[in-house]
Amino acid sequence: MHELSIAESLVAIIKEEMDKHDVTRLMKVKVKYGQISAIVPEALETAFQALTQGTRMEGAKLETEEIPLRARCRSCGKEFSPQGDDLYIMTCPFCQTEFGHEIVSGKELYIEEIEAE
Amino acid sequence: MQIPVVRNILEANVVIAKELNKIFLQRKILALNLMSSPGAGKTTLLERTLADLKNEFKMAVIEGDVQTNNDARRVAATGAQALQINTDGGCHLDSSMVLEAVNKMNLEGVDILFIENVGNLVCPAEFSVGEDYKVTILSVAEGDDKPEKYPLIFAESRVMLLNKVDLLPYVDFNLERASNFARSLNKEIEIFPVSAKTGEGLDSWYDWLRQEVAKKKNL
Repeated sequence: MHELSIAESLVAIIKEEMDKHDVTRLMKVKVKYGQISAIVPEALETAFQALTQGTRMEGAKLETEEIPLRARCRSCGKEFSPQGDDLYIMTCPFCQTEFGHEIVSGKELYIEEIEAE
Repeated sequence: MQIPVVRNILEANVVIAKELNKIFLQRKILALNLMSSPGAGKTTLLERTLADLKNEFKMAVIEGDVQTNNDARRVAATGAQALQINTDGGCHLDSSMVLEAVNKMNLEGVDILFIENVGNLVCPAEFSVGEDYKVTILSVAEGDDKPEKYPLIFAESRVMLLNKVDLLPYVDFNLERASNFARSLNKEIEIFPVSAKTGEGLDSWYDWLRQEVAKKKNL
């Protein structure tokens, strides 16, 4: 349940951005998280709602989008997204090499944009 | 209006982690973030390591726990400097807690700082505490599918210690399967099967520590 501390950091960033752009009401915030980041979007939403009650962020919609896992093969160097059951042994579809690949994306956690007035 | 932001949500944690990393670099301390589920044997392994290497290195420990200072007392019994952090319900250590602890410690001449995280395979993986490496301990009684179920922590770790190998005859645990899963997203991970109880396999872990301490001193 580290979503609460993540939500706290999120709220701090939004506050800074709202002050910077001189806006008083938050409508929407968009967060992107990687497929293997340890984020449960529902838990993040609940924490965000709890933390923003009675503030200028209250009632804002938290939109989350998952960034799929992409890996670069350790032997042929081509990029691929592992499919279905193969998620974690990860066979390269081009040269069949198993495991030891490099993560290109799928670990992110960032705020992309906010909508406010 | 739409306001593009594009900021890492955990940027505040990253900033303090970098500060810690600088302190460890200046003092040439090898800092290791030890993570595992509760009961995997983190503290036992640490006690054993501290006792076995105490004539070789000066070591210090930051103990993270939700409650109690039991672990800090166990570790202090080996003669190492130990400081307890209670997270009061928090499921992980973050860099500000570790910085506060580091400021209270005497790090003069310390070669290795072990930061024992809260027992949990999920949350600690997201929060750097300025360490050189993350070390994950998995005990064979937990099952060989753990690296598959908790990919991030194994993808982020430099070392996986497979603890309690003395129990292998009694549990269904395939070392190769667990190792392959841990390597799927991590070509650099070093895997050491050990038993903190019998001492089996610990020499390889100690050799790795010796090598990394030497590397850090020469940076």
